Amino acid sequence: MPDPTLPAPATPTGAAPAGALPIGAVPTGADAGRRTTPPGQRLPVLDVEGLGVRLGGRQVLSDVSFHLCQGEVAGLIGSNGAGKTTLLRAVLGLTPVSAGHVSVAGSRGRRPPVGYVPQKVVLDPDLPIRARDLVQLGQDGHRWGLPWPSAAKRAATEELLAGVGALHLADARVGQLSGGELQRVLVAHALAGGPRLLLLDEPLANLDLRSARDTVALLDCIARQQGIAVLMSTHDVNPLMGVMDRVVYLAGGRAATGPTADVVRSDVLSSLYGHHVDVLHAHGRVIVSIGDDAHRDDGCDAVPASAGVLADEPEPSRSGWR
Amino acid sequence: MSVLHAVFAPGFFSNGPVQAALVMGAVVALVCAPVGVLAVLRGQAFAGHAFADITSTGGSAAVLLGISPVLGFAASAAAGAASMEGLGARQRGDRDLVTGTVLGGALGLSALLLYLSTTRQGTSGATVSVLFGSIFAVSAANWPWVLSLGLPALAVVAAAYRPLLLGSVSPELAAARGVRARLVSAMYLGALAASVALSALTIGAVLSTALLVGPAAAALGLSSRPGRAMAWAGAIAVVSVWAGIVLAYDSYSWPPVGRGWPVSFFVVALVTAFYAVSRAGVRRRPRRQPAGRGS
Ligand SMILES: Nc1ncnc2c1ncn2[C@@H]1O[C@H](COP(=O)(O)OP(=O)(O)OP(=O)(O)O)[C@@H](O)[C@H]1O
Ligand SMILES: [Mg+2]
Repeated sequence: MPDPTLPAPATPTGAAPAGALPIGAVPTGADAGRRTTPPGQRLPVLDVEGLGVRLGGRQVLSDVSFHLCQGEVAGLIGSNGAGKTTLLRAVLGLTPVSAGHVSVAGSRGRRPPVGYVPQKVVLDPDLPIRARDLVQLGQDGHRWGLPWPSAAKRAATEELLAGVGALHLADARVGQLSGGELQRVLVAHALAGGPRLLLLDEPLANLDLRSARDTVALLDCIARQQGIAVLMSTHDVNPLMGVMDRVVYLAGGRAATGPTADVVRSDVLSSLYGHHVDVLHAHGRVIVSIGDDAHRDDGCDAVPASAGVLADEPEPSRSGWR
Repeated sequence: MSVLHAVFAPGFFSNGPVQAALVMGAVVALVCAPVGVLAVLRGQAFAGHAFADITSTGGSAAVLLGISPVLGFAASAAAGAASMEGLGARQRGDRDLVTGTVLGGALGLSALLLYLSTTRQGTSGATVSVLFGSIFAVSAANWPWVLSLGLPALAVVAAAYRPLLLGSVSPELAAARGVRARLVSAMYLGALAASVALSALTIGAVLSTALLVGPAAAALGLSSRPGRAMAWAGAIAVVSVWAGIVLAYDSYSWPPVGRGWPVSFFVVALVTAFYAVSRAGVRRRPRRQPAGRGS
């Protein structure tokens, strides 16, 4: 049954001509997600309505609206400084909201169970905390008093670590893990609280192509099997293509949101950026080409040039991924 | 027997002040160890050092006023904690700036107070004992203070153990988990201030960080578990204090005969030696032990 604190998922209001997606609005129409679950069975988990955030006297986000249902994967796309971290922090309640509202299912009264993997976690290599301790803290890190070890907690911790393929790292100090290894442990930490919503800030930033692929597959699997809604930020849409059901595309403080196929389109992104944007499909990759007349464009806005990225891909025969 | 005598000079075990020093030293060491480990984990070792300098101000003020130094230590450490919390340093970088600012002011004041009390009393004895401590001189009248500072400090560590650990990994993760960061860090600053005051009482205001941070820093290399690191720190601190007391007692027969070397010197030297040995050991070991699956 739907959570009464949340409005029902957007119902079709019809009449929206193709390509006339209003920026900042939750697109209506058929569920264009790749999954086959009937829309009626999906419970809404996150609802963001007209969200605005001001930081240091600057309007960082304005009028951002989207919703996310159980088991869905959403990509939060935007270039550096677009407001991805700010949006995630606002959802967590760590950044004050200047307009609109954010509601997370199950949030009545108590803090909702939301898992969070921050963009940057810098750890001292000598920190006497093992991966299993960190995952354990994901379960009870907010509690008062000394922890009492128990077989049940231990088993739960190991199951979480095994779930992200990091059981072999259980006894390693967290500060000595590689970037990709730490990422997995942090995902296990975030899942330990039994969240309905998992927020990840740039989880692919420091990963090579293969690890990025593995991470995306892992998160997709978590969303599908555990029915957790996953919202992850990235500056490149490509690793998420084929996995994400929804996109929240940020630019200039505003957002274009909706099912992937409805947002990653030339007309929608052109209207978001306020000038012509090409969305090209080449070699199975999407290239969003932002024109030269962009107000803040310094060449970094364009989501990757295909040639450079493709050249980095490991040779399938050598690395042996499927 | 002669070996025993060579280590423990005759009369060591029957000496009243020595016995009192052994007990009080152990209690202080056991409070400082877990608080110190958290200070190192949370990147607040510098704040601990600032408290130490601040307590020298309070201690010298107490000497000037003719009251017990521990009162001065405690009051000044509490004032330091409150002003640091009040100035609202949340980020590590900020925290260092605020800490440095508070510390500079306190040290200047301390210089004035020490100057005044030396000129007034015509002796530097009390000043030396405030700055460099002498656990043998700590009277039993200080026990209520030791307990009323030490027990709450330990209680804070026990109560906020998990939020403090999570916050030391990442304040961001702790906040996302629903930890009330402001409350927890205020509680911790109080515990840190109390521990510094205790440490100042036993080994002197200037050296008090050594007992707080030294054993903790040595312990980090010895265990990858937070609880065990605290236990190691406790063991190192107690051994350093006790061995320091033994050596100081022995030093009465060293030149200059009949004067005795300061206990604080021995304690700090031992803590430093433990740190050096532990670091050397860590460097020799591989960075990451291969993890035993599931065990
Ligand atoms: N505390 C703050 N005070 C003032 N401005 C801020 C603050 N935090 C962030 N900003 C500004 O808000 C904008 C969005 O920042 P945010 O960190 O959300 O970007 P992002 O999309 O996560 O970027 P990146 O990809 O680099 O991580 C930036 O221009 C940043 O300078
Ligand atoms: Mg960011």
